[in-house]
Amino acid sequence: MKNFRPKLPGFLTGMKILLFNMFKTLSPLSPNPNVNYPFEKEIVAPRARGVIALDQEACTSCMLCARQCPDWCIYIEGHKELQPPAKPGGRQRSRAVLDRFDIDYALCMYCGICVEVCPFDALFWTPEYEYSEYNMGDMLHDKSRLDEWLDTVPEVEGLES
Amino acid sequence: MIDGSQVLVTAGIVLAFALNGAVIFTILDVKGASWMQRRPGPLHVGLRGFIFPLAEIIKFFQKEDITPTNVDSAVFKWAPAYVLASVFGLFVVVPISPTLVGSDLDLGVFYLLAISSLSTLGVLTAGWSSANKYSLMGGIRAAGQLIAYELPLILAVVGVVIQAETMSLVGIVEKQIEFGLPFVLSGQGLAFLIFMIAATAEMMRVPFDMPIGESELVSGFLTEYSGVRFLIFYIAEYMNMFILCAVASTLFLGGYHVPLLPAEWVNFYGPVALLTKTVLLGFILVLVRWSFPRFREDQLQNLAWKILIPLSLLNILITSIMKVVF
Repeated sequence: MKNFRPKLPGFLTGMKILLFNMFKTLSPLSPNPNVNYPFEKEIVAPRARGVIALDQEACTSCMLCARQCPDWCIYIEGHKELQPPAKPGGRQRSRAVLDRFDIDYALCMYCGICVEVCPFDALFWTPEYEYSEYNMGDMLHDKSRLDEWLDTVPEVEGLES
Repeated sequence: MIDGSQVLVTAGIVLAFALNGAVIFTILDVKGASWMQRRPGPLHVGLRGFIFPLAEIIKFFQKEDITPTNVDSAVFKWAPAYVLASVFGLFVVVPISPTLVGSDLDLGVFYLLAISSLSTLGVLTAGWSSANKYSLMGGIRAAGQLIAYELPLILAVVGVVIQAETMSLVGIVEKQIEFGLPFVLSGQGLAFLIFMIAATAEMMRVPFDMPIGESELVSGFLTEYSGVRFLIFYIAEYMNMFILCAVASTLFLGGYHVPLLPAEWVNFYGPVALLTKTVLLGFILVLVRWSFPRFREDQLQNLAWKILIPLSLLNILITSIMKVVF
């Protein structure tokens, strides 16, 4: 009985928390946790998984991402072009050219497997998040749009291995 | 004594009072709830969001009023009117000062309880006529709940009536002024508690919102209603909340009376005092709403029949003994 401290019954504790919350919300002294979204923007964590950006030059249209995608929301088309030989008399090299790289963000579930699996570091996470559309069909963003987002990829040091 | 124009003026005042009460309680409910959850609440409709009920009313008016094909059309269309009429009826007898009262009936409390049980009819017919299983379930649950909680409500008020020796609401307030203490502090604390619990059940608010439990019945007896008719139910709910809080503050908290203020000016400070007490009680209801989970159907009925009714009978017993002894 030494450490006996009278406790509020549970249902009053709930009410007490609500009351304290209300006074916190109404008092100008306590910090406001809300972001008035369309007028103020949230500061997103740099590693936030907002959207997937594509580096077109790095992509070899190897289709690994499209195969690994659980939702099959990546559409890739490409063709091969013959390139002039590097030195005279050499063999003509072929090079993969990316024709189409679309991600259907209406289907994407942001698992990030495509980013993980890409062997050429062509896909990146960026914290950009304002790309919603009024129409479901418009959520299919093509490679030029994905390439624009490459600029928003934050510079972060690599994970220690 | 009563001529036509007086009736019209009284009806107009009651109407304005009722609608303003509903608007005040909508604001209190929504804003209070959001403040308790660390949110600013509605913010974009004028005056930092404080006139959003007007926008909401306009929104409901421009929505389509759908009557499904298989419903019992006449009953379906008139059910909201029952609820609204029963709630309006309650406003008539609540005094906002000794003279500012719609009609100071001698049987005021009796009239109040009789009229308030009329809304059960509206809710039950709304559920029955909707031709929808969810509506029917909700309507029957609502009827069961309203009947179950009508009893503790009445029995709690009986204690007050015994102590005040009158059924007129003005008389009850005058008795409290004469006594010097509101009834909640002078013997009717238990009755006040029972009254508030039963009143919360009567207005079908959380934790007693089993009839419109949205996770199992889509929206209970409101499922098929839309547009203006839904708005009528919605407004009636908030008016009911307002008027039951006003009745509770009249019966238990001294109504329009404020101690230490001169009694001649009661017409000026009376309405403000009553409104303040009402809003305080409403605030407690909002607190309760956001801190309790919903009662299950059997728990809800058990609470009424096994706890509240015996307690209120006990309260009547104690009150009558005290009345005889002193």
